[in-house]
Amino acid sequence: MSRESDFYLRRLHSLLGIIPVGLFVTQHLVVNHFATRGEEAFNNASNFMGNLPFVLFLEWFIIYIPLMFHAFYGVYIAFTAKNNVQRYGTFRNWMFLLQRVTGVFLVIFIAWHLYETRIQKALGTEVDFDMMANILDNPFMLVFYILGVLSATFHLANGLWSFCVTWGIAQSPRSQTIVSYITIIAFLALSVIGVQAIFAFV
Amino acid sequence: MSEQTTAVKEATAKKTVRFEIQRQDTPDSNPYWESFEIDYRPNMNVISALMEIRRNPVNAEGKKTTPVNWDMNCLEEVCGACSMVINGRPRQSCTALVDQLTQPIRLEPMRTFPVVRDLVVDREFMFDSLKRVKAWIPIDGTYDLGEGPRMPERKRQWAYELSKCMTCGVCLEACPNVNDKTNFIGPALISQVRLFNSHPTGAMNRDERLETIMADGGIGECGNSQNCVVACPKGIPLTTSIAAMNRATTVQMFKNFFGSDHMVD
Repeated sequence: MSRESDFYLRRLHSLLGIIPVGLFVTQHLVVNHFATRGEEAFNNASNFMGNLPFVLFLEWFIIYIPLMFHAFYGVYIAFTAKNNVQRYGTFRNWMFLLQRVTGVFLVIFIAWHLYETRIQKALGTEVDFDMMANILDNPFMLVFYILGVLSATFHLANGLWSFCVTWGIAQSPRSQTIVSYITIIAFLALSVIGVQAIFAFV
Repeated sequence: MSEQTTAVKEATAKKTVRFEIQRQDTPDSNPYWESFEIDYRPNMNVISALMEIRRNPVNAEGKKTTPVNWDMNCLEEVCGACSMVINGRPRQSCTALVDQLTQPIRLEPMRTFPVVRDLVVDREFMFDSLKRVKAWIPIDGTYDLGEGPRMPERKRQWAYELSKCMTCGVCLEACPNVNDKTNFIGPALISQVRLFNSHPTGAMNRDERLETIMADGGIGECGNSQNCVVACPKGIPLTTSIAAMNRATTVQMFKNFFGSDHMVD
């Protein structure tokens, strides 16, 4: 593989993580939150999303293709780093490590999540409130899903910070610190939304 | 007076300094640890201790050994030659004062670079990278080009901070993305592009320098761990430089693709 293109691939990786993948994750967590309003509200929302016009086209071009690129190139990035938090235990160095750890975990989590939901739907199973309630009935799966959601919200929030730096939006240390605080708030808000939705199924 | 001096001598003579040094005889041989115990003297730095070991190369077990090799030059933290990993952190050994270090003082070479012998590393990679990113200002022509544009004084003062870089390699050693799996040229080099691009004459080759860091091993390899700015002995705002060059390369990327009449300036 020519490494001359690495600069553009990195920029593409950074961009796709926010648009569309980050936007999709936010939308997904918000729609999940219908579960807190009861079984019927969730099923209606789920049916609405699942029956959008051109749904296959939307799925492939807004979710699968960008997500796969982001995931597989991200694994390559994660495994080319030589982490050294023992030597430099700074906030940013920990974020650097956690971004890679959550990224690799998310590849596993999302693959499993897709198998349990989208692929089962393609095989003819109904995706609804009961399906999720059955999955989350298992305490191991409940923990796995909570970790998955927290990893996703962390990876998105911290990715938003590094997006701002990678594209040269936040240059001064002060602006980078302020973006840090904003992304911490985003992480907390999205985590509450996501975890509340999970507990609505239990 | 003489009584006092002997009293001081007796008090200090009993104190010793213990060193654990990671040694390596040839570039390809396996590293091993060797301990040394030397007499304490006031105001010692790591280099004066290494000189003491060189004067009498006997290890802590009392066995005669080969003198420890290390690199040094200016002895005032402006050349970068004596950089090594001291108690886990890369820094210059000339400004590493023994009184401020916990013992045993552990010395290791900066393994990001090829080890030549003991604590001596080959930083050729950085010097090659300086050539690659065109870290100079072209002023030669076939005729007298005359004076360049004036640099605002306040900008000169600001750029002076960036010019303190001594290519010591500490930021490369601290960076998780500078390793044998990547070709990343490292934070210092990105900052040098910023320095030469901000010079009024240097800016005439701005786009050429930006192209070099948009290629293999360039700014794209930065993962924002921000260790470099913590590690830099000269306090250079390396992460600000990286973010600035991120912005510059973003603009350059769009200019390259969509076209612009301002490719250079």
